[in-house]
Amino acid sequence: MLLQEKYPEEIKGILARFPHKKSAVLPLMHLAQEAYGFTSREAMQEVAQILDLDPTHVLSLAGFYTLYYEEPVGKFVLEVCNDLACALRGADEFVQMASRKLDIPVDGTTNDGLFTLKTVMCLAACDRAPMLQCNLKFEEHLDEAKFDALISRLRAEAAAEKAEPSIVEQISAFAK
Amino acid sequence: MHKLEVYRANGGYEALQKVLNEYQPGEVIDIVKASGLRGRGGAGFPTGLKWSFIPKAPGEKYIVVNSDESEMGTFKDRELLEKNPHQVIEGAMIAAYAIGAKQIYNYMRGEFMGIGQHFEEALKACYDAGILGDNIFGTDFSCRMYGYYGAGAYICGEETALLSSLQGDLGQPWSKPPFPAIEGLYKKPTVVNNTETLANVPPIITNGADWYKSIGTAQSPGPKIVCLSGHVNNPGNYEVEMGMTFHELVYGENYGGGIRGGKKFKALLPSGGSGPVVKEDALKAPITYEGLTPYGSTVGSASVVVMDETTDMVWAALKMVHFFKHESCGKCTPCREGTFWMERLLHRIYEGHGTEQDLEVLQSVATQIKGKTLCALGEFAVNPVLSTIRHFFDEYKAKVQGGQKKVAAKTAVPTPTD
Repeated sequence: MLLQEKYPEEIKGILARFPHKKSAVLPLMHLAQEAYGFTSREAMQEVAQILDLDPTHVLSLAGFYTLYYEEPVGKFVLEVCNDLACALRGADEFVQMASRKLDIPVDGTTNDGLFTLKTVMCLAACDRAPMLQCNLKFEEHLDEAKFDALISRLRAEAAAEKAEPSIVEQISAFAK
Repeated sequence: MHKLEVYRANGGYEALQKVLNEYQPGEVIDIVKASGLRGRGGAGFPTGLKWSFIPKAPGEKYIVVNSDESEMGTFKDRELLEKNPHQVIEGAMIAAYAIGAKQIYNYMRGEFMGIGQHFEEALKACYDAGILGDNIFGTDFSCRMYGYYGAGAYICGEETALLSSLQGDLGQPWSKPPFPAIEGLYKKPTVVNNTETLANVPPIITNGADWYKSIGTAQSPGPKIVCLSGHVNNPGNYEVEMGMTFHELVYGENYGGGIRGGKKFKALLPSGGSGPVVKEDALKAPITYEGLTPYGSTVGSASVVVMDETTDMVWAALKMVHFFKHESCGKCTPCREGTFWMERLLHRIYEGHGTEQDLEVLQSVATQIKGKTLCALGEFAVNPVLSTIRHFFDEYKAKVQGGQKKVAAKTAVPTPTD
């Protein structure tokens, strides 16, 4: 019941936005992922229970949409766009560099559980390539030095245990 | 401009006030029809006409803003929502008044949650100022608007897939009819409009249809935001008057500023991965809905990706087909299986292990997908293949001839997975 314990007001506000509560499923899945860390069976069952849906349906959505992680991920998920437009401006080389520096393959997570590296399809920032989203926050006009700085900053944040609300939490709070 | 007071100081929400106080809903539709505004999401369908399909009888109706912007090379709606969300909100509200809707959803791709904060703050400011809610500006008109965030699926830009997703289902398109104008969101009459399209509405109301038509060309009136990316000196969003040439866009000093590193131009994608690639001769074409017809392509959402002489076109085709294979929703067989096999074949050819027969099969698969898919995704997926084969057949030939291995691949290629 992690989701309902953690975000009771958000859930109420999200449900109030729709005449049919099934529409709340994607927003609640985003929040469930925050609460549980990934779209675990338990997390999806809780979403299904809140919305009176078949858990199988919710699990199928988790498989369909790419922003839901079906396996545990690092504290920071770095998703680099290496679609054609970004690749023309060096995104593929950037991914290789990032992979080398973090010492993980694409889709891998660092041993300390801090970083997961992924490649994703177009993020609508082709003019600012190479770019990535880190827990949905866009980092643009990147190069090796800026990547190093980003990683250092994130490591420091993790060490300081700074608990700023995540982007999903901030967006969901508007529904309160 | 993302702040309500700044937007209002610049005439913001005056168009909405004018509409509520001076026009009947039908008159609003007539003005938008007369302006010639066409959908900015890529299809170019006349906006006023789309609104006029909504049944006049009272009842639940919806406006849905399509901010799922996921086409490779497209990043205009993102900047609009980030920098000027109120113009989108005002346009959507005018649309709602015109069709008799009281509820608006802005469906943004999940990756826009970061910039969504600006949008949500803009909505909140509107509710606080009485611009959204009940009895807006003291009239009988009441309207609510909410942001909605998807979860990563290109297909949700297709309007029926978007509506399915908003209803809490898999983002898969349905076979039309029923059209959303009759049975859309929750089976109620619904207009789905692109973000940029709606942002065009307030200035049309304020300045009139004739003013709007004085910009651009007869068949493609108005301004258009063009997303320029790839091998140019100055990538970015540019608002241009329709009718400007692609040459000006790529080389003009106020625009692309020419090819990066002084290299030669090779090819251009006018509408991201979805439209056929064109060569240098098409640079003289105007940026209009019809301008690229003689070159076998289309402007779509005007997502212009420029490629210089160093670009391996088989690699480019593979990148694009990988995108479509990844994003195929899996509902219809020609698209699901076709994109899978096109990627495999292209990969083999690119790697230097392909044969002449692979090239023939590739063309055959692409041709057989065409015209047989449930929605446009499958149709689009064959464009990178057939257009690069048409214009750059030599490059394919070179790769399949002489058992050529790995062609100077400076870049990693996606490996097809099962």
